[in-house]
Amino acid sequence: MQRPNALDLRRALTPSASFWAWTGTEANLGDRLFHGAAALCAFGVVAALAGMGVEMIRASLSSIERFGLGFVTEVTWDPVRELFGAAPFIFGTIVSSLLALAIAVPVAVGVAIFLAELAPAWLRTPASFVVELLAAIPSVVYGLWGVFVLAPWLRDTVQPALAAALGFLPFFGGPARGFGMLAGGLILAIMILPTIASVSRDVMVAVPTSYREAALALGATRFETVQVAVLPHAKAGIVGAVILGLGRALGETMAVTMVIGNRAEISASLFAPAATLASVIANEYAEATSDLYLAALSELGLMLFAVTLILNIGARLLVGKVGRAAPGVRGG
Amino acid sequence: MHKSVRLSLVVIAVSMGCRSSPPATVSGAPISLQGAGATFPYPLYSKWVAEYQKRDPRVRINYQSIGSGGGIRQITERTVDFGASDAPMNDDELGRAPAKLIHVPTALGAVVVTYNLPGVSGLKLSAELIAAVFLGEISSWADPMIAAANPGLKLPAGPLMVTYRSDGSGTTAVFTEYLAKVSPAWKEKVGSGKSVKFPVGLGAKGNEGVAGQIKATPGSLGYVELAYAKQAGLAFALVQNRAKAFVAPSVDSVKAAAAAVADTIPDDLRVSIVDPPGADAYPIASFTYILAYAAQPDAVKGKALAQFLWWAIHDGQLLAPGLDYAPLPAALALRIEAKLKLLEANGAPLL
Repeated sequence: MQRPNALDLRRALTPSASFWAWTGTEANLGDRLFHGAAALCAFGVVAALAGMGVEMIRASLSSIERFGLGFVTEVTWDPVRELFGAAPFIFGTIVSSLLALAIAVPVAVGVAIFLAELAPAWLRTPASFVVELLAAIPSVVYGLWGVFVLAPWLRDTVQPALAAALGFLPFFGGPARGFGMLAGGLILAIMILPTIASVSRDVMVAVPTSYREAALALGATRFETVQVAVLPHAKAGIVGAVILGLGRALGETMAVTMVIGNRAEISASLFAPAATLASVIANEYAEATSDLYLAALSELGLMLFAVTLILNIGARLLVGKVGRAAPGVRGG
Repeated sequence: MHKSVRLSLVVIAVSMGCRSSPPATVSGAPISLQGAGATFPYPLYSKWVAEYQKRDPRVRINYQSIGSGGGIRQITERTVDFGASDAPMNDDELGRAPAKLIHVPTALGAVVVTYNLPGVSGLKLSAELIAAVFLGEISSWADPMIAAANPGLKLPAGPLMVTYRSDGSGTTAVFTEYLAKVSPAWKEKVGSGKSVKFPVGLGAKGNEGVAGQIKATPGSLGYVELAYAKQAGLAFALVQNRAKAFVAPSVDSVKAAAAAVADTIPDDLRVSIVDPPGADAYPIASFTYILAYAAQPDAVKGKALAQFLWWAIHDGQLLAPGLDYAPLPAALALRIEAKLKLLEANGAPLL
């Protein structure tokens, strides 16, 4: 046996290669210890996840037995009659998160492009710092701001304007109350914006300067440089940033609960109140006493697990596609 | 400056000296009691705990306001020495407890209907009106039913928007119990409980959430508990009681509600006092309870708990009105005393 050369090393370090082959006799003790410790950490995370899953399934058994698959499609949530269905909450979680992404991603990418490519050097550091500071604001503060500033503004200004211009669409129908799906999506958008913006900025900064110089040398404008030299290579990293933001949006509880209106109903209108999986668990778990009620709430936790998993897998597949389409810098 | 520092040091030293030498009647190892449950009486209970520790420094009481549901779960699993709940436990819940639990009423609370109508105060609401609003049958302030109940008031023409508690709460339990009692339609369509499926409106978390949403939305109406409404200075409606009188929520009118039903309270003290008789009784009120096992597993802790509860229903009551809780009516005191005398450990009474 010979020492692994650089190519072998690279193959061993990619996830596809089995690291057992590399931890063979030729590796020294320190390497093997390091491998063991790292593997233990990795499997610990997996084990914790599996343990949580098993425990949640156990806690929701009586609800699973009682409602079966109908739990996912049932639209009624009535604790008094012990009739439980998750559909309104699954709907609310997915729609509020996607709405947040739809609003936040273009803005965040714009912020990232400005900070990485366009802003004068003296402005970049303080502006990036401010963007990252946004991520540190506690969600209850966002929620309070939502209750006292965002919701009244939506009710008096935005919603009447939307209703007047686009009222023929079902998405902008119904009374303007401020609190509702639109407010929930907007709050989430503001909360995930700094995450997406700062990670995207890092990815763009990591694109080699030579690419930009090449584009500029060919006579590209600033915009074209970003378009042909920066964005294609940062794409995978930006999608990764979006996944991070999505994760926060799906699980966010406090701020959403404060502005979304908390009604277990499915409505086409963004003005209508809604509820998310996380918000209903936070709202009702503390005071739930009957076994079936608690089991149904646990099953909602399971649903949140499933929704997060499915959306994440979907996003990863997307990253895979984008990544293959644009070889080069990978970040995020 | 120096003088005042020295003086305060002396004061601290003296007070510490007092603390470290407890009254002759109480001495020995510290006893720690764990309690958990309702959030509604938390300000009162924490005041009691602080005051009681001055009387009996051995007894350390730790009360966690995790919600009535959590309190019932924890006392059922015997992970705490006493539980606390706004609504009494139902038969089903009592059946799940491993031993006999007693309900000790400790104070009274009420639920007020609060609203945001700039320039309007003293709104009057009948039971039928409140039910119709929360059922979604009335959605405008210009509704003739509201005008008929408020002949002197100039009401706006805008929409009436309902706000309810989205989190499970004793406040919602009392409010929906009231609606179920006064409105057959509510009882049939919605029912009562800590979380119900409200026919209309927006949900907000906690008293502060409801108050915040109402403050931010002119034309809205909702319900919060009396102590919170008083401290936050919210506008509240006068509610028509069974004697057809419009009564403002207050410590006195809530106490009157409890006094009006005192004779009809069952032996186990589990009772709903919504919609009571009596001309000055406020109709949306309830007791809040401490839950304890009649047979205490530990004689020392059991005795400390029994003495604390005895103090709470006597001297402790004096602290209630200052925190906007209504004290227990005198007519009930003897019956609660009899309940506390049931507390025993290893067959020996604790009081």
